[in-house]
Amino acid sequence: MPINYYIILAVSLFSIGVAGVLTRRNAIIIFMCVELMLNAVNLLLVAFSKMHYTAAAIQNPASAVGTDGQLFVFFIMVVAAAEVSVGLAIIVMMYRNIHSVDVNFLNRLKH
Amino acid sequence: MTLLLLLFIPLAGGITTFFLKGDKQVKSWSLLIALASLAVMGYNLYAWNELPKTYSVQWLPLLGSSFALKMDGTSALLSLLTGLSYPIIFIATLRNEYASVNRFYGLMLLAQAGILGVFLAADALVFYFFWELALIPVYFLCSQWGGEKRIAATFKFFIYTFLGSLFMLVGILYMYYQTPDLSFSLEAFYDLRLSAAQQSWLFWLLFAAFAIKMPVFPFHTWQPDAYEQSPTAVTMVLSALMVKMGLFAVLRWLLPIFPLANVQYAGIVIGLSIAGMIYASILAIQQDDLKRLIAYSSIAHIGLMSASLFIPNNSALQGAIIQFFCHGVNVLGMWIVVDLIEKQTGTRKMSELGGLAQKSPTLVILLVIVSLANIALPLTNAFIGEFLMFNGLFQYNVWIAAAGGIAIILSAVYTLRMIQSVFYGTTNGVTEKFINIAWNEAVGLSIIVVAIFMMGLYPEPVFRLTADSVTAILGFIK
Amino acid sequence: MKQIIDFAYLVPLFPLIGFLINGLGRNYVGKPLVGIIGSGAVLASFVVSLLLFNVVKAEGSPFTYHLFDFIKTGGLYIPFDLQIDRLSVLFMLVITGVGFLIHLYSTAYMKEESSVHFARYFAYLNLFVFSMLLLVMGANYLIMFIGWEGVGLCSYLLIGYWFKNIDYGNAARKAFVMNRIGDLGFLLGLFFILQQFGSLTYTTIFPQAGGISVGILTVITLLLFVGATGKSAQIPLYTWLPDAMAGPTPVSALIHAATMVTAGIYMIARSNVLYTLAPSTQTVVAVVGLSTAILAATIAIKQNDIKKVLAYSTVSQLGYMFLGLGVGAYTGAVFHVMTHAFFKALLFLGAGSVIHAMHHEQDIRKMGGLSKKLPITHITFLIGCIAIAGIPPFSGFFSKDEILVHAFAANPVLYWVGLLGALMTAFYMFRLYAMTFRGSFRGTEDQAHHLHESPWSMTVPLIILAFLSVVAGFVGIPELIAPDAHKLQQFLAPVFAASTQLQEVHHVSHSTEYMLIAVSLTLIVLSIVWAWLKFSKKPEMDDAQGLGKVLANKWYVDELYDVVVSKPLQSLGVVLNRFIEKTAIDGLVNGAGKLVLWGGRQLRLLQSGQVGSYVLWMVLSILILIVFTLFI
Repeated sequence: MPINYYIILAVSLFSIGVAGVLTRRNAIIIFMCVELMLNAVNLLLVAFSKMHYTAAAIQNPASAVGTDGQLFVFFIMVVAAAEVSVGLAIIVMMYRNIHSVDVNFLNRLKH
Repeated sequence: MTLLLLLFIPLAGGITTFFLKGDKQVKSWSLLIALASLAVMGYNLYAWNELPKTYSVQWLPLLGSSFALKMDGTSALLSLLTGLSYPIIFIATLRNEYASVNRFYGLMLLAQAGILGVFLAADALVFYFFWELALIPVYFLCSQWGGEKRIAATFKFFIYTFLGSLFMLVGILYMYYQTPDLSFSLEAFYDLRLSAAQQSWLFWLLFAAFAIKMPVFPFHTWQPDAYEQSPTAVTMVLSALMVKMGLFAVLRWLLPIFPLANVQYAGIVIGLSIAGMIYASILAIQQDDLKRLIAYSSIAHIGLMSASLFIPNNSALQGAIIQFFCHGVNVLGMWIVVDLIEKQTGTRKMSELGGLAQKSPTLVILLVIVSLANIALPLTNAFIGEFLMFNGLFQYNVWIAAAGGIAIILSAVYTLRMIQSVFYGTTNGVTEKFINIAWNEAVGLSIIVVAIFMMGLYPEPVFRLTADSVTAILGFIK
Repeated sequence: MKQIIDFAYLVPLFPLIGFLINGLGRNYVGKPLVGIIGSGAVLASFVVSLLLFNVVKAEGSPFTYHLFDFIKTGGLYIPFDLQIDRLSVLFMLVITGVGFLIHLYSTAYMKEESSVHFARYFAYLNLFVFSMLLLVMGANYLIMFIGWEGVGLCSYLLIGYWFKNIDYGNAARKAFVMNRIGDLGFLLGLFFILQQFGSLTYTTIFPQAGGISVGILTVITLLLFVGATGKSAQIPLYTWLPDAMAGPTPVSALIHAATMVTAGIYMIARSNVLYTLAPSTQTVVAVVGLSTAILAATIAIKQNDIKKVLAYSTVSQLGYMFLGLGVGAYTGAVFHVMTHAFFKALLFLGAGSVIHAMHHEQDIRKMGGLSKKLPITHITFLIGCIAIAGIPPFSGFFSKDEILVHAFAANPVLYWVGLLGALMTAFYMFRLYAMTFRGSFRGTEDQAHHLHESPWSMTVPLIILAFLSVVAGFVGIPELIAPDAHKLQQFLAPVFAASTQLQEVHHVSHSTEYMLIAVSLTLIVLSIVWAWLKFSKKPEMDDAQGLGKVLANKWYVDELYDVVVSKPLQSLGVVLNRFIEKTAIDGLVNGAGKLVLWGGRQLRLLQSGQVGSYVLWMVLSILILIVFTLFI
């Protein structure tokens, strides 16, 4: 399958994520959109990594090109998991305090 | 080694002072430190021919900076002034009360270390380090123990001088990268062969820092405010010693490094200085607050000195160097008097004072002598310097000398006005409270008066001490 | 005998010691001892000066006495040297001689002062004598300048001696500042000399003067003359001297009549070579001197304060001395300095005696008829008046005549104008005399009751000075009367030798000279008689009108200076303080701070607190960056 398909898919996902973050006010949805953006990047990493690895292996079986990109995905997943746990905790606290998960209520920093 | 000792004593003394408790202990300890530092300086002069004039040890070899000190005649004279001023300041303000006295005296001594470092440094990085080290304690001293508007005044002072320092830092770094083996040492800077274009902008970078410190018109507006708001002991340090940092820096870090730019810009600097001198004199006549009056009078004197530094003849340079010392001593005397008047009457406004001559004849005699030195009457120390400087100025340009001469007349106007409004006339409700000069203030002023006459009558030793640095600078310029 | 030269330093040293003892020990030394120390120091100097006089009388060339190196740096060498020659010794004698008499007089005059102030007074007086001696004994211009400023300081201190009075303080300040203006000129003159000759020492400069261009010499001499106008109270800097009368009367006698104000004459006489070589300066000196003589004389006619009359008379007489210097009559000018020192000190001390008797009343309208109550003062004062008016054989005649004859030789106009001044002098002096001593007493009952002759320590100086005022003229008898009888001229010949060679001497024929003397004497006697008759019978009591009012107000010169100099300086200060310092410079500095604050306020608007807007900004920025990296 050509790499372009992956790229288009990833860009679409990423754009959806960005649009979501920009337009939605519900903290949980914003959160999900952030995850969407992260996973779009993951998808790209995996796709490019696979592509480079295959291309190099065909030309020269002993080439040193590894699958570092795919390894990175795990890092991102770990960070995202950590982020989610902290983020959800914040959202819970937020809900407890203001009985809402609307981020527009959180504008106290302005003052 | 004595050079290092000279720096170490106030530094260590200052730090230990922070840990002392009790008014008496702190004051006697810091006086002891100040005297010790004076003693070392005295020994240094006594054994002038035997002792080494330089000291150097590796400091930051990676950066090409070593902890290098160098004492020539001028820095010896200024170190002597520092060594002499501190005991006088401490004695004369012995009875002043300060909140958290240990911190006050500790910071004062740290400032002394910084000032001495500036006078001795022979490495640009060390020089910059001490330049800032001197500034920071003074900042805290002004902002914590100052008068009502201290925050605004200190802020202005700090921003002004700090801005100048940054310009200087840029200049120093640029020159550092120009040296062949990346070195901050004074000799390497002296050996730089900068092009005229480089010199012309580097000159202004460094001069900006020095001019603000001196201060030269129109960079002077921090000074009256800072002098007015600082506690008087700090004002003494500021005006007697810290302004000399700027003047001295011109001598060691500006003139020899940028000979071409000097020729190009000497006219502008001299013009500014002389204009500032007349300007400050006229403003001094307008002042009602004694501290502001002395501040403006000091600006006028500094103007003459900074003009003379840029005149390439023996007379002007020698006069300016002598005047470094004399101005320091004299202005100290003025501050002591202002301090004791303020302490006893609670005001510094000339319009509210009067008739103190009846109350304290001794004070009047001492102040009149100091004031006469302030207006450079012959046989007082300032006359020697002013005579030589005006002579040099005259050889440089007749009309500038004549214009500067107006300030001589104006100085008589404002100084005599001060004497008259403070001392003559009859006493009023405010001055009725005045008791007399205390012994410690009398001691401080007497030392100053002795110095005034000694140098006024027989300036020969100072000529001998500083002749070498004058010739050296003239050599660089030519 | 010549070894005495090695002790020349004693002359200024004695008064200095006196100053130190009286000044530092003022709380401990009792009044009588203060007087003895003060006067004794000056007497000792006088004795040494007499010995020195004997030595230099025998020797023509000047002696230099080296004390120590004062300024020695680079090419500049100014030693602290004393020079003893015929000119300086003459001044030393006058200073210490008259000075001693005035010290003696002061012991009685200042008796009412408390012991501390009494000591302070004598300390100042001794310091003055010290400075004045330094001025005349210095071997170079810098030492002269030290003395020059020193006497100015003492004058300041003594004018403001009664420091509680604000007006006196103002007068003292005015004197000092006016002197300072002159001193600036003097100082610039010194720098010019230093530049041209490379030295300030007289013996180096004068022989070289011929090699310098006339233009430069003119500038130098004019600058020095500016200094002289300040110190010796000439137009335009004369206004301080009348105000200086605020000081105690003996001070006025010593400083503001006999010695300090003649410093300018000494200076020009000392630099006679330079002045002779600069004829245009000489003209300026003569014209300024003569104008001052006339101006001051007109003012003196309408003054009612006994000391003010004498003050303006001093200004006027100093004008004559400058006239003498200007026409090259150096000996005449120095001669007049000497005789004037005697008779003007006498007049001031006489006035002091009157003021003492009248309990500090100085207005002559409230005096009158004092001749019977104060016989010694009266006789001596009359002698002084005759001497200053210029009646032979009193001393004033000889010295003034010498100046006027030289003026005639230079230009007859100078003579006739000068004669006019002399007539006015005679007129106002006898107006003063008549209103003070003639007619009937116009003071209060109380004053009349307490009128008394002064004690011996005041009258003895009066008698001695009166004697000197009578006989001092005989050292300078003109050739007209007896050939070779002008002892003073012979004595001073070495000092003025160079000038005499350079200057062609205009001789006036004897017949003309007789004629001039006859005319002037007749006119002077007439004006004396007129004044005497006019004011003995009907003293001038009303305030003057018309021109008289202008004169009484001193031609409004003080007011003019106030408007032209003081006020503009004040306003300039206010303008600079308010607009340049506060608005422009501080405004710029504070403006920089304000700009930062304003910028911060504007940027703060970006921070809305909405998470969405922050993200939007972020995304937009990233997009811009992408565009930037990809397409540019």
